[in-house]
This record gives sequence, C-alpha cells and structure tokens, in this order.
Amino acid sequence: MESPDRWIHTPPRMSATFDAFSIAEIRRAAATGIYDIRGFGAKRKLPHFDDLLFLGASVSRYSLEGYRERCGTDVIIGARFAKKPITLRIPITIAGMSFGSLSAPAKEALGRGATAMGTSTTTGDGGMTPEEREHSHILVYQVLPSRYGMNPDDLRKADAIEVVIGQGAKPGGGGMLLGHKISRRVAEMRTLPEGIDQRSACRHPDWTGPDDLEIKLIELREIIDWEKPIYVKIGASRPYYDVALAVKAGADAVVLDGMQGGTAATQEVFIEHVGIPTLAAIPPAVQALQDLGMHRKVQLIVSGGVRSGADVAKCLALGADAVSIGTAALVAIGDNDPRYDDDYRKLGSMAGAYDDWHEGRDPAGITTQDRALARRLDPVAAGRKLANYLAVLTLETQTIARACGKSHVHNLEPEDLVALTIEAAAMGRVPLAGTNWIPGVNGGL
Amino acid sequence: MRTVDLSQTSLRELNAELHRLQRTTNETHWRIVNPRGQHAIGVGIDAPIVVEIEGHVGYYCAGMNKEATIVLNGNAGPGVAENMMSGRVHVKGDASQGAGATGCGGLLIVDGNASARCGISMKGIDIVVKGSVGHLSAFMAQAGNLVVLGDAGDALGDSIYEACLFVQGNVASLGADCVEKPLEGRHKIDLARLLEAAGLNGTVDPASFRRYGSARKLYHFHIDNLGSY
Repeated sequence: MESPDRWIHTPPRMSATFDAFSIAEIRRAAATGIYDIRGFGAKRKLPHFDDLLFLGASVSRYSLEGYRERCGTDVIIGARFAKKPITLRIPITIAGMSFGSLSAPAKEALGRGATAMGTSTTTGDGGMTPEEREHSHILVYQVLPSRYGMNPDDLRKADAIEVVIGQGAKPGGGGMLLGHKISRRVAEMRTLPEGIDQRSACRHPDWTGPDDLEIKLIELREIIDWEKPIYVKIGASRPYYDVALAVKAGADAVVLDGMQGGTAATQEVFIEHVGIPTLAAIPPAVQALQDLGMHRKVQLIVSGGVRSGADVAKCLALGADAVSIGTAALVAIGDNDPRYDDDYRKLGSMAGAYDDWHEGRDPAGITTQDRALARRLDPVAAGRKLANYLAVLTLETQTIARACGKSHVHNLEPEDLVALTIEAAAMGRVPLAGTNWIPGVNGGL
Repeated sequence: MRTVDLSQTSLRELNAELHRLQRTTNETHWRIVNPRGQHAIGVGIDAPIVVEIEGHVGYYCAGMNKEATIVLNGNAGPGVAENMMSGRVHVKGDASQGAGATGCGGLLIVDGNASARCGISMKGIDIVVKGSVGHLSAFMAQAGNLVVLGDAGDALGDSIYEACLFVQGNVASLGADCVEKPLEGRHKIDLARLLEAAGLNGTVDPASFRRYGSARKLYHFHIDNLGSY
C-alpha cells in the first residue's frame, strides 16, 4: 500500500527573480512587441530620504521656540549674473510640466497654488500658454532640445529661464507625448501634425558639449539683456561633473533631478534603470559647488521624490537651496484621487497606482487633453489645495529646522543628519545613526 | 546709417541698443564692423531694420531674429539665425553647423555652403543654400522649406515631419522616414518664389530640383517599424 504522504504537494512557490510583475511584463511584451510606456517616476524601492533622521537639539544644541522665534524660508535665485534675481517666499518650487502632458486647468491650478505661496512654477516641453503666464506670478521658462513653442517674446516674458539638459526619470532621453494627447491646440503650439506620437530630441539642436553650452547661455543672456536668471537642469547621473560643468558654463542655478522624478511618458525600462537616486545625487553636486567656491552663490534646486517637509528639510540639510516638486504637486491637486477609484479600475489600475498618464484618459482631468475630463478639475479649488500643501511642506520644514536650532531653513546642515542604513550613510555622506561612521568617507570602507 | 565698431563697443552694449529700437525707429540702417568672430551678434532683434555685418561671426549670429534684415559679409559660426521668427538673414559666405536650427519663420540665405544639421528641427523657416549642406540636415524638420542648390550629405531629413526639402545636386543618403516625392506644379511655384527671394530669379530652373519629405511611417509607434528607430 502506498503511503498517503507520497501525494502531498509542496505549496506553490513564486520566484523572487521571476516575480509576478516580471512574468506579467514578459507576457505583455510578447503580446505587443513594444516596450511599456508610462508616467510617474521610479516605483522600485530605493535608498531615499526616509533612510535619514534629524538629530534635533539637546544639551549641546539650542532649539528655537516653535511659535515665537522666526525661522526664515525665503530664497534668492540668480544673483550670480542676472540683473533681476527672483525671490521665493518658500524653498519649494513647482517643476516643469508641459501643457500637453497636463490639461490647461491643471497648469492653471499649479500657477494659482504656487503664486498664492510666493513661489515659482515652470513651463514644459511645449511652450508657454497665456493662461499659464497669467496665473503664475513667477514663471520659469524651459528651453528644451525640442524647442517646441520657443520664441523670444515668451523668453522675455519669463521671470527665469531653465535650459533643460536632462530629467531624472530619463537622463539621456528626450520627451514623449503620444497621439491621444496631441490635440489641435497642442499640435499648433508644437508645429506638429495633430494626433501623432511625438518623440522629442534628446540633444539640443544647436550646441554640443559644455563649451558650446557656455556660448548658448551667453546668447540667451544677450537676448534678455542679462536680466533674468538662467538655470541648467540635469538628470542625476554624474552630478559632480555635470554640476561643475553647468557652473563653468555660467548657470545661475542648477536643477538636479533624481531618478524618482516624474515624467509624463517614458519607457518603464528607462524610468527604473537609468540614473541615480536623489539622495545619492545631492552630496556630489554640493561637493562640486563647494570645490568651485560656488556653494550658495549658484543655487542648487533638488527634485525627485520630495513628498513632505521632512524631505524638504533633508534636501536643504544636505546642501540644496530649494527643492522642486512635480508628482507631489499633481497628487495635491487631485491626481490618483480615491474618489475616482472606480474610473481608475475601469482603466486597469487603481487610485494610488495610476500611472498611464501618457494615454490621456486621466479620470481626474489632470494628465489629459480630453475636454470633458479636463472640465472635472476646478483650477481654483485645485490651486487652493496646492497652496495648502505647500504651506504644510513649509511648516514641516520650519518645525524641523527650529528643532535643530536654525533661524533659517538654509542653516540646516549635514551635521544635523544621521542615516538608518549603511547605504544611505554612504550615499548621503552622513554617519550611520549611533556611530560616527560614514562609509567611504572616514574609516575607508 | 549708424556704424558700430565692435573693437570699441561691447557686444552687450550693441545688443542692448538694438533691443531698444521700436518698430517706428528712424535708425533703420546699422553697420557693424570688426565683429572678430564674436558670438551672439545681433541676437533677439525685434524691429524692421537692416543690419550689415562686415566680417566673420561666431555662434548664433542673428539668433531669434524678428523683422530685421541682417546681411553678413563673411562666414557664420554655428547656429546662425537659430530659432528665427521672421525677417531675413543673408550669409554671403559659408555657414557652420546648425544654420537656421529650429527656425519658425523668415528667410535664411547662405551663398556658400552650410555644414551639418542645417535646418535641424526647423519649424517654418525657409532656408536657401546656394552651395551644399552637410550630414543630418533637416533632422526632425517640422515645417518650412529647405532649398539646396548643391549636394546634401548623409541622412538628409532623418525623422522628418512636414518640412519640404528641395535638392538640385546629389543626396548622399536619406535619413529614416525621408523619401523622394514627386515635384508637382505647386512645388515648382513655391521653389520659384524662394529662388526669387534669394536673388536667383530666372537663373535656376525649379524643375531641376528633386523633392524630399516624410513617408509618415514613423508618426505612430508600430512594431513593424522597429528597424527604423
């Protein structure tokens, strides 16, 4: 007689390597023959600001009274060369996002929210709309490789100019806007046929390399009579050298976008596998500025995965002058709102996970050019939400700064930080909590 | 006529003066001497004036020009008339790479040759090159006309959108999604207009050109076009 145990099966065991997502992606690729395109930023678990902690004041440090003693938050950007540097009331700006990738009400909401809090918003790969200019008190105008909608009038209307070399979601890649979102107005602004899958260039058309960039910046400065600040935006890959070259080229400010930075549409493989985390990018960038004697003279604006005032404070403590938010700003105005969960599920997603921003079917009316969907977003109410969110980020940043005894958020410093993991300690160049060990800096490991 | 000597006046002073001009200005004719290869000469002008430059210039001469007629009696460095909006830029010598890059309007004439990437990402500008153009000219060209009386280098019109390319000489090779198209009557009329504007009225037969444009096969992502990306 056979033993009954002979037929007991081991439980189903999923592979850690070929996990559910990997298997689904292989099947999707086999069925379609094309790579996956999506919006949002990197979704994989990465060393991030959550892996850092502030020490706060105690016997050896004196804290500030939370409600009575001032903790400044203002930032001046562009005093290196510009006749008219810009002053931001808070160290949090709105990142570049195009009309085209976003609906007109969404762009208006970003402008309204930023303006209410005395900070800037930024155009994107598609030019400047009159509505955007009207609702943004401080507007940064991007000069991108595509030069869609580029013209000297808008250049002069802008309060600052941002020459975009790369973005964190895809360092080395160009923009992408699929046909569903190339509406008549978007097509006209970009001088493209309506409804095509638009592929932007990844390199600028009229300059190559850092020496050319220096000359390009001079041309732009001459056109605007040296009045406005010029930023250079880079995707985080080799931040030490890229920041140094941007400074050498004459940038007033450097925008450093880590791999968690969002995108309207990019290949999944690009988002998840190219570039380095924001945390790992900041210390080399600050080091480059310090080595050149330009820290605090050329402002460093960091973006990519900033969600809370704690994240803002950590960026500033590591040496940034300001941060920029994109994905978080969209969430604040209603992206991935649970009240649209049924709609998201009809699209094969769910509230909180929706990232098919490239398809133009956003139930929240934000990442779409569909007029009916766009009407779902009230730009006044959404602008108010963004202002609320920015206010909370600022208050949280001040709370931490005061706890560390700082009368200005810029007085936060690496000495205020420790890391929870060895990886974060090495990347952030701060000690592992409870030790004085900074891997790769002291102790040689 | 106002003469500005760039060995005595700074570039910044010159451009600032040109920017102060109103559309109704009486100072309609400017002559710039001793450019000495400086970059960004005459950029961002927004007035219907004539600017003559006596000598060679560096990068981005006449960049983002609006309304002005700029005549360069010399050679131009990279990016001459980049992102021009309107007006006319006439290079009497040769032009380096990226001539007329991203131009949205107006007319760029190059009497000599233009180097690589002439008309890259052009968005409505008309460009007439009386000599030859280098490789990757009209790369991602979106709108406007590029007329070449000489030869075109490799990968002409790579990833082109709706710009029209006319070449009288040989084309080394066509880029992705760029094909030869029939030269029809309306194209000959357009060509005749452009040749006349470039001072070649009656001296060049429009019928002697070949026309190139987009096959429109890369306008949408498709697995069958994988080899072209």
